[in-house]
Amino acid sequence: MSEATEAPLTQAATMYRTKEGLGVWPQRGKVAAVGIGHSPTMRRWDERPETSLGAWAILAIKNAIEDAGIKAEDVDGLVLSKDTTTGSFWPQGKAIPESFTAMFEQTDDPLDGLSQLSTAWIIKNMPELKNIKWVMTAPVCMSMVLTAAIQSVAEGRAQVCIALKGWHNFEGRYYQGGANAVDTVAGPGKYGMALAGPASYTTAQQFQRYLHKYGKTHDMMAPFVVNSRRNGLLFPDGYWAQHRPEQITAEDYIDARWVAKPANLYDNDIPIHACGAYVITTAERAKDMQQKPVYVLGHAGAGELIGDRYSGVRPRGTVETLEEAQANAASTGRKLFEASGVKGSELDFENMYDGFGLFHVFHIEGINYAGIKEGEALDLFQGDITIEGPHPVSPSGGNIGGGRTRFWNHSDSILQLQGRAGARQMTKKVETGISGGFMPFWSNFVIWSSEPD
Amino acid sequence: MPRQSPVPNELDKPFYDACNEERLVMQHCDACDRFQYPPEATCRQCGAADLPWNEIGGSGTIYSYGVIFDTPIAQLQADQPYNCAVIALDEAPGVNVLSQLPGTPPDQVPIDAKVRLTWYTTQANGQKVPEWEVVK
Repeated sequence: MSEATEAPLTQAATMYRTKEGLGVWPQRGKVAAVGIGHSPTMRRWDERPETSLGAWAILAIKNAIEDAGIKAEDVDGLVLSKDTTTGSFWPQGKAIPESFTAMFEQTDDPLDGLSQLSTAWIIKNMPELKNIKWVMTAPVCMSMVLTAAIQSVAEGRAQVCIALKGWHNFEGRYYQGGANAVDTVAGPGKYGMALAGPASYTTAQQFQRYLHKYGKTHDMMAPFVVNSRRNGLLFPDGYWAQHRPEQITAEDYIDARWVAKPANLYDNDIPIHACGAYVITTAERAKDMQQKPVYVLGHAGAGELIGDRYSGVRPRGTVETLEEAQANAASTGRKLFEASGVKGSELDFENMYDGFGLFHVFHIEGINYAGIKEGEALDLFQGDITIEGPHPVSPSGGNIGGGRTRFWNHSDSILQLQGRAGARQMTKKVETGISGGFMPFWSNFVIWSSEPD
Repeated sequence: MPRQSPVPNELDKPFYDACNEERLVMQHCDACDRFQYPPEATCRQCGAADLPWNEIGGSGTIYSYGVIFDTPIAQLQADQPYNCAVIALDEAPGVNVLSQLPGTPPDQVPIDAKVRLTWYTTQANGQKVPEWEVVK
């Protein structure tokens, strides 16, 4: 690879459909996902170079390429997210392990491959990717990476594009120490959020308002969490399936300790160390690849595009309210329908994001999955939401059932529509589904189909 | 209960100076007729840079709350569980602030109840910050 072009931020911002009124996605049905690659999972990095973030990113890419039945030299595009933290950071002053530097080529940033990823690091360490002409760094998570890869192919910037997302997790409890350990606060937290504490607080207070507004109870989330763990245990690549294959019960959920009530331990996802990658290509090229193409009918999400910057929709006050989250989710639902022509109520399954589990409610109400409206998701959960039922909820198991990757949902959507989801394969015939995340204020979702139109 | 002391900067110094005088001020965009909090350099709606700090009374309503059992913030850990309520301010529609609701036991928070402004002096630097308590 010698002439790859790193997309400037202005181009990255144009990758995302965050406004209503854009109409049908012009490339509807012309882009497809074909290959999937995952690394193994670990709760925390064990400090061996062969299990480092970088090593597993390479492994995930190789697995995706092999799964698609292509050669490394067929790949001409690479999109990834630089940010790989689960909330843990490389300890200040800690030396970079010699075993790591001995195994991998380095870039200017010594943390590349350890606690962040760059396209330059991947290309240096995967010389077999010799025909890459297009690289891009996308924000935050796999949903943004995947969308940028899809749009890159749609716009002809790449023909065969890898979408890569990695997560590192180190020893120790995350977010402890640093600014949280001192007796003053200088950052934005001083305006109130320094009182809030755990990351799930914002969702927790939204959910508390939701319970109050619609007359529901937290216990009504139990079927969702139990179902998610069940589906996650049927996903051999997930953390719980690989390391702690324990089904939980409704009682386990209800009795779990609180983190930020009404968010308990099982409403929070477990941070893990893992990488995932996809092969995205044109519908035309996909026909010749090893796996059945899964077509993109449209993509859309929530966010603010201000100049070169793409970020989440900011709340009006200190913290996003339930109504703001609902408005963002509903707007995303309208945009997705515009882009794809598929109503949420028509989808065969949903793999919307769930880390934290409580806001899964807002996502599926926003698209009217299974015909539900605002205030009705918990009622849906009291019925049959299994993979055997009429309205499967989170068949991947999501973050709640597989650990925090924000990509199990995409992988499962592709696998379900390819008919190779194994023990998780839904009983009914499935033709359309949705996956994406992360939160209602900042998201990208893909409407997938087994057929191009 | 102890909490972190805010360190003012150039942008929010008027806010924190007023707090030390037990006055609650917020940025107001006269063009949009809209209060803004947290503070920013310009109006988020129209981009105006001239944002006077207008004083408000601070009365409000409890919109929602969470009860914190597992905060990563060291100063707050000894007093868990504690309330963290979202207060909707009467005079600044759309703006909300967070409060520990002193005087209200954990998880006994009356959503939609009225609250009034009070003041709390933080330990590390003596900076006062606004707090809210339920109107009995």
